[in-house]
Amino acid sequence: MPDEPAVKANPSGPVTGLAARQATRRRSFGIGAPIARSRFLMIAVAVFAGLGLAWWAATGLELVKPIFLPSPASVVTQLGKLWADGTLLIDLKASIYRISVGFLIASALSIPIGVLIGSFRTWEAAIEPLVDFIRYMPVVAFVPLSILWAGTSDAQKFLIIFIGTFFQQVLMIMDNVKRVPADFVGLGRTLGLPDRKILTRIVVPSALPGIWDTLRISLGWAWTWLVLAELVAATSGLGYRITVSQRYFQTNTIIGYILLLGMLGLITDQVMKALGKALFRQDSRS
Amino acid sequence: MNSPKLRIKGLHKSFGTGARRTEVLRDINLDLADNEFVSLVGTSGCGKSTLLSIVAGLQDFDSGDLDIDGSPILKPGLDRGVVFQSYTLLPWLTAQQNIEFALKAAGHDRAACRRIALEHLDLVKLPRSANLYPSELSGGMKQRVAIARALSYRPKMLLMDEPFGALDALTRHQMQELLTQIWEEHRLTVLFVTHDVEEAVYLSDRIAVMGIGPGRIMRTFDVDIERPRREEVMESAAFMDLQRNVHKAIREASRRPEMA
Repeated sequence: MPDEPAVKANPSGPVTGLAARQATRRRSFGIGAPIARSRFLMIAVAVFAGLGLAWWAATGLELVKPIFLPSPASVVTQLGKLWADGTLLIDLKASIYRISVGFLIASALSIPIGVLIGSFRTWEAAIEPLVDFIRYMPVVAFVPLSILWAGTSDAQKFLIIFIGTFFQQVLMIMDNVKRVPADFVGLGRTLGLPDRKILTRIVVPSALPGIWDTLRISLGWAWTWLVLAELVAATSGLGYRITVSQRYFQTNTIIGYILLLGMLGLITDQVMKALGKALFRQDSRS
Repeated sequence: MNSPKLRIKGLHKSFGTGARRTEVLRDINLDLADNEFVSLVGTSGCGKSTLLSIVAGLQDFDSGDLDIDGSPILKPGLDRGVVFQSYTLLPWLTAQQNIEFALKAAGHDRAACRRIALEHLDLVKLPRSANLYPSELSGGMKQRVAIARALSYRPKMLLMDEPFGALDALTRHQMQELLTQIWEEHRLTVLFVTHDVEEAVYLSDRIAVMGIGPGRIMRTFDVDIERPRREEVMESAAFMDLQRNVHKAIREASRRPEMA
């Protein structure tokens, strides 16, 4: 029985000696050529270490003034100090609360709307061109307006995060839904299912891995909009601390917080990726 | 002779409107008797898949009559089981759950769903793959589950749109043999679309050759080859003759009578 796919022939014939070695060497730099996981990690770590070393050397040799670029040690010490006196934790809490609420509101609205306009052409006609138009309005241009509307409250942060992520999410989720194979919908029809059930039992589950990916990507952008909102109008949060530090020439705090924001983004992305893998592990398309 | 299972009478179909309107099917007449296996063959663009899709109720048609057991086909439904060319197993469900999904839609209770699903996995010779996900199945196995799913809810007829078109030659042969076996044991009305003439001759009772510009049925061939058919039958003179004739008919039918 054809339980196994047909046996694949070895694509490269026997190669010997020098030619083989040359071929191997060339292959590791070919387009899409595989490299060992350990090698990948080694290269990645080496780049980080190299940059860190350059930073350390540049400040250690006093090639730049500390006010422009403080030493790694100074940045670490400053972060430690801010952690010890509780400032860092307060800033973190404020920012994480804002991004969570803002992102959840945007996602809670974008998922149903994206599914709707991805499935029904009439809704697409009503909503897609409008969303596409708003999407091209720069988020930064909304900042003054958001302050007029919502002051420097948390609501203003939610609003900026919402404007920055919602419109992008809607279009991407529409695309995720449109990518559901037409024959999946055809299958639902041949089983006599009504549209509502085709949507909930076939279209949404089928688009879910893609939607999850959209959420993961847009969460990355949400960090940017959060910091933007906090930079211009806030009394707490990571972005606020960066602005204040600029006023007092605390470059070490600024750089420490920027690095921290990078770490937070990386961590949330990795968590989302791992969750997605666990949730959709059967889905060969994810 | 009883009234036909499926009756297609004077069916017309066009795509688009106004100046962009193109006729894809012209005056299609075809009856399928109860338990008859009929193949539609023809070059690509002859509208054979469109015709099957119309019978499935997935596409509209402009005029003509289309009925199954005397009642007109208005929309898709459980009286016609469809096997698509593309893999349509839902990736988040196991092989068994995919069949149960269809049975549930057909209104069976849980216990019945499970029992019937397992029976049909046996039927397509996949008794040990019940708990595997589509990503763990080969292309041939996926199509076998799809066939099991389409048979499970006992439709009046089976519609198959190049179901083996994406498979490699070896697997395709095995699938053809399996399908013949199932059909010979269980008997069912089947409308089968393919561009593989050998496949059509091996499986069918009758072959309808379609021509292009616009699509219509040019000729039908009765396949008078004894059943049960096993692979050796493909070597017989009768088989090869018929295959040659069908090929010739397709070539003649594919000459465009008018430039489109």
